[in-house]
Amino acid sequence: MNVILKNLTKTFPGRTSKDKPVTAVNNFDFEIPDGKLIALLGPSGCGKSTMLNIICGLEDPTSGKIFFGETDVTDLPPESRGVGMVFQNYALYPHMTVRQNIMFPLQNFRGKDKLTKAQMEERVLEAAKLVRIDNLMHRKPAEMSGGQQQRVAIARALVKLPGLLLLDEPLSNLDARLRLETREEIRRIQKKTGITTIFVTHDQEEAMSISDMIVVMKDGIFQQMGKPQEVYDDPVNLFVAKFLGTPAINVFEAEVRGGKLFIGDDDAADVPDVKDGPVYAAIRPEGFIPAKDGRLSCDFISVEVMGRDITVLSSNAACENPVIRSIVDADNKIEPQEGKVRFNVKRHKLFLFDKETGERIRFKVEND
Amino acid sequence: MKKQNLKAWLYLLPAIAFLGVFMVYPLIDVVIYSLEEGYNSASQTLTGVGLYNFRYVLRDPFFIQALKNTFILVAITVPLSTGLALLISLALNSIKKLRDLFQTIYFLPYVTNTLAVGLVFMILFDKTEYTDGLVNAFIRIFGGPTVDFIDGPYWAKMLVLCLYTVWIVLPFKILILTSALASVKQDYYKAAKVDGTPKFRVFTRITLPMISPMIFYLVITGFIGAFKAYSDSVALFGVNLNAAGMNTIVGYVYDMLYGNSGGYPSYASAAALILFAIVLSITCINLLVSKKTAVQGG
Repeated sequence: MNVILKNLTKTFPGRTSKDKPVTAVNNFDFEIPDGKLIALLGPSGCGKSTMLNIICGLEDPTSGKIFFGETDVTDLPPESRGVGMVFQNYALYPHMTVRQNIMFPLQNFRGKDKLTKAQMEERVLEAAKLVRIDNLMHRKPAEMSGGQQQRVAIARALVKLPGLLLLDEPLSNLDARLRLETREEIRRIQKKTGITTIFVTHDQEEAMSISDMIVVMKDGIFQQMGKPQEVYDDPVNLFVAKFLGTPAINVFEAEVRGGKLFIGDDDAADVPDVKDGPVYAAIRPEGFIPAKDGRLSCDFISVEVMGRDITVLSSNAACENPVIRSIVDADNKIEPQEGKVRFNVKRHKLFLFDKETGERIRFKVEND
Repeated sequence: MKKQNLKAWLYLLPAIAFLGVFMVYPLIDVVIYSLEEGYNSASQTLTGVGLYNFRYVLRDPFFIQALKNTFILVAITVPLSTGLALLISLALNSIKKLRDLFQTIYFLPYVTNTLAVGLVFMILFDKTEYTDGLVNAFIRIFGGPTVDFIDGPYWAKMLVLCLYTVWIVLPFKILILTSALASVKQDYYKAAKVDGTPKFRVFTRITLPMISPMIFYLVITGFIGAFKAYSDSVALFGVNLNAAGMNTIVGYVYDMLYGNSGGYPSYASAAALILFAIVLSITCINLLVSKKTAVQGG
């Protein structure tokens, strides 16, 4: 089932009459394709969870429409939308066993959808097997680890065979090792069931690693949507560029003069067809090539050896980041001269942004 | 090791001394009193040791009446007040506007003096030469016969006493239950809503189990409190409760000690021990039941 959001806006009234109303979601407009795993990505407080609540029906949008496939579900209550939701803290009923928790949604079916006891048991077992907790059916939530609780929550959301699965910060309550394991598990379950899944996260690594598509948002405003690699390689604005990628992108205050990019006094790269004026130049850590006669010179700090590749730490007065991190192949010999290290810049890893609006300024990249 | 033990006992001494003087010694004394037959506090003489005092008390029609009154009071007011408090708390929990105002209003009886409340009930129910009381005025509007609630038939007096008790204990229960309801995480309700759970099922399967520890707490303390009822009866019917037929067990104990017919510490002690046994066994049953059905809150 594909999900279409049309001009979705949600405003919360201010806390007091003097406060301005808060716009959590601002004119959201996109389509989520069928059967994909989508990450809704943004920093804390950017309206991701509100977005999820609107999609599942726990909150009403101030304006705009939501379609599930052909059906307009904007005014439908959550139970009629056929969505499964996994809450950030799982919201498992603590007084019920795993089996009772998973069965709970099925017991709400009324009328023609009503299931017999045997059918319910079968569905519950099926869901439990899918998330691999069928050996824990008689435990109470308090007797299980965070990861196991997460699985139960997913099973409970899936047992009613929803058309859409929503996960709110599914990994935030887990420790680092479990997080890695669980995110692959979510991927596996999504692949196996083929159910359209939207999950909310503020962790870009999490989003990039498992999702088919990511939607980046900031302050309730849609920024960019696309395959993780595409968004990473082609950010539309400075925010998206900064938000994606670890280590973070290196942002320089720079100026374009006569088709050349000047960082400080260095003529760092050729940027043909770009209007003269001040810009932000952002270079991915992997966008640096160390070279004795490199066009960009930085103050050398140190080298971190990671084995396969090395990270060169340096600084530059024009750089916003206190330390420039550049990841280069371990074959490179880094020999600072008079405390300086020089780089050439890979131009497809270099992005220019308008100094005022932060919007991307594109330039032609030929062969690099 | 031994030195440490000594130190520990030293630290415990003040508490033990206090408890010993004001709790343990009187308790033992009560047991001794209750076994001393024909004890006279003035001459400090007794005629023998045995269970005669218990036999006397259990055959005393005034005690039987007090026992009956107390049990009726407990049986009616504990479930009624807990149920009412639950309904009111649920209502309070589901309104947003004026919630604070209502909470304050419901809490008022708790901070009001028992005897002052008794006065209010007098105005509502008492029948004097000048007025029939507010309730009777209403009854007359609907064409019913007026009833003397304070000095009339037994059921009328019991009705007033029960109403009074419920009204007095309600605020505390509402306070406890509203905070218990507020502490149930909203996510459970959201999850239930996404699954399309009917409201009544949400209440029975989620809300009720979640707040059940608090309900059990209220029922247990409610039982204990109701068994110890006395001042409510006094506030409504005056100090001569035996004459009014509205005495309670604690009232009987008091009368035996200090009342007009008092001066019998042995009978009083026996009655007090019987009350103790009743309260203890009811509380044990309550705890057993609650342990069987209790859940871990979350």
